[in-house]
Amino acid sequence: MTLSRLLERLLHTLPVLFGVSLIVFLMITLTPGDPVEIMLADSRATPEQAAQLRADLGLDRPLAQRFLVFLGNAVTGDFGISFFHRRPVWDVIAERLPATIELTLVAILLAIAVAIPLGVVAAVKRDSAIDRALTALSLFGVSLPGFWFGILLILLFAVQWSVFPVGGRTDFDLEVARVTGFLLLDSLLAGRPDAFLAGLRHLALPAITLGLPTAALLARVVRSAMAEVLTSDYVLFAEAKGLSRRRVLLRHALKNALIPVVTVAAIETGSLLGGNMIVETVFGWPGLGRLVVESIFARNYPLVQAAVLLYAVTYVMLNFTADLLYTALNPKVRL
Amino acid sequence: MSATLTEEAPVSPLRLGLERFARHRTALVAALLILIFVIAALAAPLIAPHDPAEADLFRRLQPPAWQEGGEWAFPLGCDALGRDILSRLLYGARVSLLVAALVIGIAAVIGTLAGLAAGYLRGWTDTVISRLVDTLLGFPYLVFAIGLMAMMGPGLHNIVLVLIYKEWVFSCRVVRGETLAAREQDYVEAARALGCGTRHIMLREILPNVLSPVLVVATFRMAYVIIMEASLSFLGLGVQPPTPSWGSMVADGRDFLVDAWWVSTLPGLAILALVLSINLASQGLRDAFDPRLHHA
Amino acid sequence: MRATDDRGAEGRGELNRPRQPNAPLLRVRGLRTVFPTRRGPVVAADGVDLEIAAGEALGVVGESGSGKSVTFLSVLGLLRPPGRIEGGEILFDGRDLRRLPMRELRALRGRQMALAMQDALSALNPAFTIGQQLIETLEAHGLAKDARVQAAALLTRVGIPSAAERLDDYPHQFSGGMRQRAMIAISLAARPRLLVADEPTTALDVTLRAQVLDLLDELREQDGLALALITHDLAVVAERCPRVMVMYAGQVVESGPTAEVVVRPRHPYTRGLLESLPRLEDPDRPLHPIPGQVPDLARLDAGCRFRNRCSMAVAACAGPTPLVDLGDGRASRCLRAVEVTP
Repeated sequence: MTLSRLLERLLHTLPVLFGVSLIVFLMITLTPGDPVEIMLADSRATPEQAAQLRADLGLDRPLAQRFLVFLGNAVTGDFGISFFHRRPVWDVIAERLPATIELTLVAILLAIAVAIPLGVVAAVKRDSAIDRALTALSLFGVSLPGFWFGILLILLFAVQWSVFPVGGRTDFDLEVARVTGFLLLDSLLAGRPDAFLAGLRHLALPAITLGLPTAALLARVVRSAMAEVLTSDYVLFAEAKGLSRRRVLLRHALKNALIPVVTVAAIETGSLLGGNMIVETVFGWPGLGRLVVESIFARNYPLVQAAVLLYAVTYVMLNFTADLLYTALNPKVRL
Repeated sequence: MSATLTEEAPVSPLRLGLERFARHRTALVAALLILIFVIAALAAPLIAPHDPAEADLFRRLQPPAWQEGGEWAFPLGCDALGRDILSRLLYGARVSLLVAALVIGIAAVIGTLAGLAAGYLRGWTDTVISRLVDTLLGFPYLVFAIGLMAMMGPGLHNIVLVLIYKEWVFSCRVVRGETLAAREQDYVEAARALGCGTRHIMLREILPNVLSPVLVVATFRMAYVIIMEASLSFLGLGVQPPTPSWGSMVADGRDFLVDAWWVSTLPGLAILALVLSINLASQGLRDAFDPRLHHA
Repeated sequence: MRATDDRGAEGRGELNRPRQPNAPLLRVRGLRTVFPTRRGPVVAADGVDLEIAAGEALGVVGESGSGKSVTFLSVLGLLRPPGRIEGGEILFDGRDLRRLPMRELRALRGRQMALAMQDALSALNPAFTIGQQLIETLEAHGLAKDARVQAAALLTRVGIPSAAERLDDYPHQFSGGMRQRAMIAISLAARPRLLVADEPTTALDVTLRAQVLDLLDELREQDGLALALITHDLAVVAERCPRVMVMYAGQVVESGPTAEVVVRPRHPYTRGLLESLPRLEDPDRPLHPIPGQVPDLARLDAGCRFRNRCSMAVAACAGPTPLVDLGDGRASRCLRAVEVTP
């Protein structure tokens, strides 16, 4: 992939990023009612404080000018002050971000780890019991409301059998010094295997809730990609060369089948960002998703706005990455 | 919508597809289940044993009838306020189905028209619509909905609006693609040569031919919209009490998982059953309308 | 290519095995391969008999769907499900491949019998370099000593210049002709004794076609390679294969020494094929494509399968039409075989 090609694709995402920012900006601006009044509804703010907030939010300036200011601030990571936390919005978000990233990464890795073997077996043994089970399972996966799935897991694995904790990120007595914000990493840095294990145990149910439906979807992608590759001439030719079945399947077929899988996985990681809000709420996971939901009820609009923008930009960039990966992995496109 | 069109073309792809669908056993069973849900929702005031909002603290967390302490007057037990869960499920079905029908119906019309315009007129119309579509696709669905609901405030009316804002994109994309293809077809060329007006070609010639994919996309998206409404209501951003919604019912039971499993489990099961049926039916529709997928 | 034959010991072992002198390397008897479909079973190869000796080339001619590829995929054990062999025997070097365990069959593939395909672009894995695909073939058969040197030598042998440097290229970086030759080099990497070449030159231009066919001739003469050349192009067969076998709708309809079959066909289908060929010595001769279509393989009766397109068909053609030995190594399924060519 040449640099110019990369730049060209990046250029294509710019209008989308612009549009996304505009919509996020308009979300708060075009809301019925005065946002300042709504935000201050429960507090005993003086008119001067209200005016100050209005000025801080730039609500006294023309729309176009406000958007430019918003855009400029967004680029520099300045999303104003969170009244609720009495700190800059970005600081509050940055503090919660690692927990969300950790959960999302573990969930998508879990999904991939489950999906690839399942999809490969289903493709190789088409119309077998495993194949049919996978079809049924993936239908369940897309039909399952995430919040309910999480509650069901809590009911079974935490309440009934006490295998995993009900919620939270770690046990009270096992907290480790925050270095990176990624608990698993921090507990390793602190040389605390007990904290690491506790972190894993807490991660298990949220990651399964988030990852398993994705696994069902990914497994279908693996299956269809693999099934298509298995009918290709190069698989036949590889068999004709006398290679072992294992080598034909896992090297020749899988390497090509993984191209669409990686692409879909990148896109799905983006979709998990939405699912995060639900799962973090269900499991009391101290990440960005729960912060957003809390902020909605605290009428902390600047934070909600900043988080939505962050989610959307991440999503667009993940789609862009998926596009890049597809190109980079596909030697026929690579030139 | 389909009736008027099948009159025009006796062997329309729509009718052919529906006939194929009728032979698809699983999909037919699923369609029957959906019908049962719809009837239950419509007849809720007639068949619900109790007022869904009627609280009775003496019946707080009363278990389902088959468990110890349950009674058949309240077959599925009661929630934390002593309200009858079965009645609330029946009324909750109304919310789910109403939101789904409104959102999908309106979004499909908007999306189809926008897609037709973008695909047939091309030019700046296409540019504007496609940019808007790309931008809306730049948000994860739930993030978009949660963000907007946060600003607009909860309520049935706002849920429908917010979901439509994003949902029309999906039918628009499909119709735009189909229209671009149809544009080059002989029957469109012929209509143009005969001097038919733009509107006539779009609505009379192309529209009937893009309806099957719209139907497939709409049913498939309906399942998603139901989950979205439930998710928003679960977070407390959706339908407000005392109106029962399946999503908020699941949320209500969260604090009583240890003592009363049924409060959260049963409404979730209802969502799963309905969404699963819709997905199965839409799969049947897809198979019926897209012969290319028959072997997949 | 077999200059340093390391199969010496094994070769001597073969001599000790009780077998007929001059027995063909490959001998297929009554092969029946069936594909179940929604409309009923399709017998893609129906009672196929054939023999190929070491150093010999058999041309297999027929339209697509005639069963020529299926026959040889059956031989190699590479049928794709749901296709399967229902009957017959496939003797390779005296051993029935149908009774061989999967593992042993795998060990034979590539090493004893190999496949070259029509389209190298799709036969070569786009995700691996030419060198990787060559070397893994050597490795699979325990021949990986100095694998890179061997691989480069193989590419040189098929006429690829500066072969050593091109080992690290991906298939799409090769030109069409080079790719085709590279694929053949991979097929021949483990020095197989039988090569099934399925339309190996169809995708090539005239010059490259001659080069590839010359290479195959050379291997046959020098190394005793047995060759099955599957093609729809009777002209190629006439030029390169001493013996020919014509297939139609799953059956062998005619076989014999190519020189005689071409001059005096004994089946109307063969004659039709010949009449549809342009001739170098008489370019103005009118071409006659065979009218009509191949019958639906799921709806066949016991009669001759060509009779709906045949100008010589008579009532008896609706009855059984076995492959009849006509002497001099020739055979035909036509009831009026001797009348086909005056």
